[in-house]
Amino acid sequence: MTKVLVVDDEPNILLSLEFLMEQAGFDVFTADDGETALEVIDRERPDLVLLDISLPGISGFDVLEKIRSSDDFKKLQVIMLTAHGREVEREKGLALGADDYITKPFSTQALVNKVRNLLNEAG
Amino acid sequence: MRSDPIILIIAFGYLALLFIIAAWGDRRAEKGRSVIGSSTVYALSIAVYCTAWTFYGSVGRAAEHGPSFLLIYFGPTLAMLLGWLLIRKMVRIARAQRITSIADFISARYGKSGRIGALVALIAVIGVIPYIALQLKAITISYGVLTSYPGSATDHTPDGLFLLDKSFWIAIVLAVFIILFGTRQLDASERHEGMVTAIAFESIIKLLAFLAVGIFVTFFLYSGPVDLFQRAAEHPELAQSLSLADVPGGSAGWVGLLVLSTLAFITLPRQFQVLVVENVDENHLRRASWMFPLYLFAINIFVIPVALAGLMLGSAAQSPDSFVLTLPLAAGKEVLSLFVFIGGLSAATGMMIVETIALSTMISNQLVMPMLLKMRSLNIEQQEDLSGLLLGIRRIAIILILFLGYLYHALIGDSYSLVTIGLVSFAAAAQFAPALLLGLFWRGATQAGAAAGLIGGFAVWCHTLLIPGFAQSGWIDVSLLNDGPWGIAWLRPYNLFGLEGYDIYTHALFWTMLVNVGLIVVVSLFTRQSNLEQTQAALFTEALRQDALQNTPLWRGQTSRGELRRLIHRYLGHRATQRLFTQYQPDTAARETKIDDDTLTASPGLIASAEKQLAGALGNSSARVLINSVVKGEALDLNAVLSILDTTSQTLEYNRQLEQKSKELARIGEELRSANDRLRELDRLKDEFVAMVSHELRTPLTSIRAFAEILRDTPNLNDEKKAHFLDVIVRESERLSRLIEEILDLARLESGRMTLKPERLDLVQALHQSIDAVARLYEERSIELKVSLARDCAEVVADPDRLQQVMINLLDNARKFASTQDGRVNVTLEVVGHCFRLSVEDNGEGIPENQRELVFEKFHQVEQGSITQPKGRPKGTGLGLPICRGILAHLGGRLWVEDPENLGGARLVMELPCAPDQRVITQE
Repeated sequence: MTKVLVVDDEPNILLSLEFLMEQAGFDVFTADDGETALEVIDRERPDLVLLDISLPGISGFDVLEKIRSSDDFKKLQVIMLTAHGREVEREKGLALGADDYITKPFSTQALVNKVRNLLNEAG
Repeated sequence: MRSDPIILIIAFGYLALLFIIAAWGDRRAEKGRSVIGSSTVYALSIAVYCTAWTFYGSVGRAAEHGPSFLLIYFGPTLAMLLGWLLIRKMVRIARAQRITSIADFISARYGKSGRIGALVALIAVIGVIPYIALQLKAITISYGVLTSYPGSATDHTPDGLFLLDKSFWIAIVLAVFIILFGTRQLDASERHEGMVTAIAFESIIKLLAFLAVGIFVTFFLYSGPVDLFQRAAEHPELAQSLSLADVPGGSAGWVGLLVLSTLAFITLPRQFQVLVVENVDENHLRRASWMFPLYLFAINIFVIPVALAGLMLGSAAQSPDSFVLTLPLAAGKEVLSLFVFIGGLSAATGMMIVETIALSTMISNQLVMPMLLKMRSLNIEQQEDLSGLLLGIRRIAIILILFLGYLYHALIGDSYSLVTIGLVSFAAAAQFAPALLLGLFWRGATQAGAAAGLIGGFAVWCHTLLIPGFAQSGWIDVSLLNDGPWGIAWLRPYNLFGLEGYDIYTHALFWTMLVNVGLIVVVSLFTRQSNLEQTQAALFTEALRQDALQNTPLWRGQTSRGELRRLIHRYLGHRATQRLFTQYQPDTAARETKIDDDTLTASPGLIASAEKQLAGALGNSSARVLINSVVKGEALDLNAVLSILDTTSQTLEYNRQLEQKSKELARIGEELRSANDRLRELDRLKDEFVAMVSHELRTPLTSIRAFAEILRDTPNLNDEKKAHFLDVIVRESERLSRLIEEILDLARLESGRMTLKPERLDLVQALHQSIDAVARLYEERSIELKVSLARDCAEVVADPDRLQQVMINLLDNARKFASTQDGRVNVTLEVVGHCFRLSVEDNGEGIPENQRELVFEKFHQVEQGSITQPKGRPKGTGLGLPICRGILAHLGGRLWVEDPENLGGARLVMELPCAPDQRVITQE
């Protein structure tokens, strides 16, 4: 079963993402900060991460950099989630190796489709 | 004691002393420690006005005509008192235009006209030679009196063989002296420092000598002035001498003498020389304007006592002109009489020295040089170095002048009294006054007018004073005086057009001035000025207005540096040329491209400066001719000069204003820069704020949208989940509303538009209400809230709603940050001074010391994210504390973070001033 990790420090957003991914039929893990996220990735080896940028402690960008710098997670798909609507953020995320980028608030349908597409392409 | 050799030795010894003093003055000047840089020396040198005529003649005139001799000294006093206006102007012009003499001055004023210069020089020579003769005569007579007393001096007058005549030898010695000290430099406008020093010294000697004889007569021959006057009063014929009425020509004579001496004081060539040409600093005029009149007073104070004493002595006193000598001689005081003789000698030589220098400069610059320049056949312009020639001309002129003076003295001098010769010269010099004074103050005076005035005035002077003098000497038939020329009665020299009742000087002054001034004014009104004349007229009349003018280049023409260099070199020699051209270097760019001086254009400044240098040596008119010969193009016309004048003064004003403006601009620029920096910073903060606000708004919106869509797209959702999700939507909507509310609050606080309705209220009561509002939330997390109040009632002035907002915020924060297990919050109220302090402390992790101000920044927690707050609960907006602080500031209070006291977590303290005249406080 495809594993998806959802990372966000806003409990309600985390809750909604968790629900959406479960509904879509994935095995869902959650984390509410960067450190936890890296632990979960290391432990569970998810196929895709929905990664918020502003997190307490290490940020989403830091997490992404760590993922991409390791050979173990080459196939790991990363979708950045952010409430910062600015172009620079988007470009920075993509430059660091994010596979896609979603701005909050998002359309749930579009989000689920994006996740599915990415996983299909990879799979 | 009074033998020929001794007197001669003393006299020539005195002249030798003059040589030494003059040499010393020159040496000091070369060492840069000028003697004449002193206003006292300047004032003393002006006293060259007092000649042998004063020394011997004043007593003579007082004996004959009473106190009227004083008028000759009132005039100069008047002139000196007005000097600040008039003489200062002349000094300034002379410096700017390198004026060498009064002839040069007047010529320069009227368009640097050679004709005018020559005319003035000619009149000066003719008018003043008798005056020089007068000095020689005085020396001769005094010498005769000294050697022959008690015999008659006339026994010893020259017997025709001039080699035996002492005055001839005096003239020779003076010629040598003047050539040595008067023609050292070529540039006549440079000062004759040694000469001026010697003149100042002579002024001291003659004053001391006269005071000595005066004191001797008053206090030793008589026992004081009272005694002297009482004794004089016993002689009724003497009393008349003291009457003011006994002036030739009556009251008109008074006015005539006063005017004559005032004018002559300025226009006599030697006076112009010491007053204007030799002046080193126009500020010296200040001291001279009282010191010189004082000198005149001192030298005249004993004139009447000496005259009375001489008259009372009777025939033993001989001629009144020699009373000063005969009185000591009659009393047997030979040393004193010798001293008096030296005093007279100093008065005579001083005058002769300065006068001769002034005249020789005029002769060489205004008469000879222009003639030589005109005579092409001499090819004078082709000669290499003409500076030697110039000095030669000047030296010959000196010898000539003294020789003419001697001739005049030897041939006709005897027929006049001292005073008569002097006043004739005065009248001649006074002819310069209209051209000079009108030229200084009336821009419209033209060259033709000045020439007409000078010629007319001089002609009338010849007719009314010079020729009648010849007649009185017996050269011409005396019938000229009585019947008029060719028997025409109304042309009688002393009664022109039948004018009767005046003394001859007032009579002559009246007619000469009438003709002179009349011609200048009338002819000027009907003639036009050339461009150069207009320029010069403007420069002269506006001299006091504009200092910068002397540096304004007034040339529009062009010439090469090489050509100009050759010209200057010919006339001024190598050193002066070198000095001038080093001062005006071509700019470096020009030097690099064109090395040859012949291809380099001379700058207008260089041309103007070269002309001034030439003018200093040759006079203005010759300098003009020479510069014209190499420069193509004309000098600026009047309008150009006036516009330069105006622009210069305007430029000065503009510059001042500009400087002020640019300072102001710099200041404004600085202000703008800092304002701009501030704005940029504000702009950056605004961008940041907008980004943060949008981030903050997106967060609850994301949850709301996500759950709303979930609820919509998931029909088979169980009720429990549905309720939970709906609850999230509601809470996030509330959060969103709160956020918007807070953003608006913040905007109002920052723009100062927040409307507060302060009223007197009880802080304790308000605190309880706030606690009630958060009580449920505290219970939910089972946090213990402990309240300890220092008093039951704490009145403050505040907006109740806003105050509650603040307190709820603080309580809510404490609840959020209190420890998850066993959470505790302490609220305390204290009185500190005139304020109430409410502190809220939790037992959470606290705020690190370096963050205690940061928490009051907007969205701080979002950006920093460093204060680890308990997870799993919605965060605050990050605007609460900034808003609280803003509200408290509006209420006159404060809000800050303090070290924890009991619980070890964050401790926030708010302070509000007590309400005014609160009884509770005063009771305490």
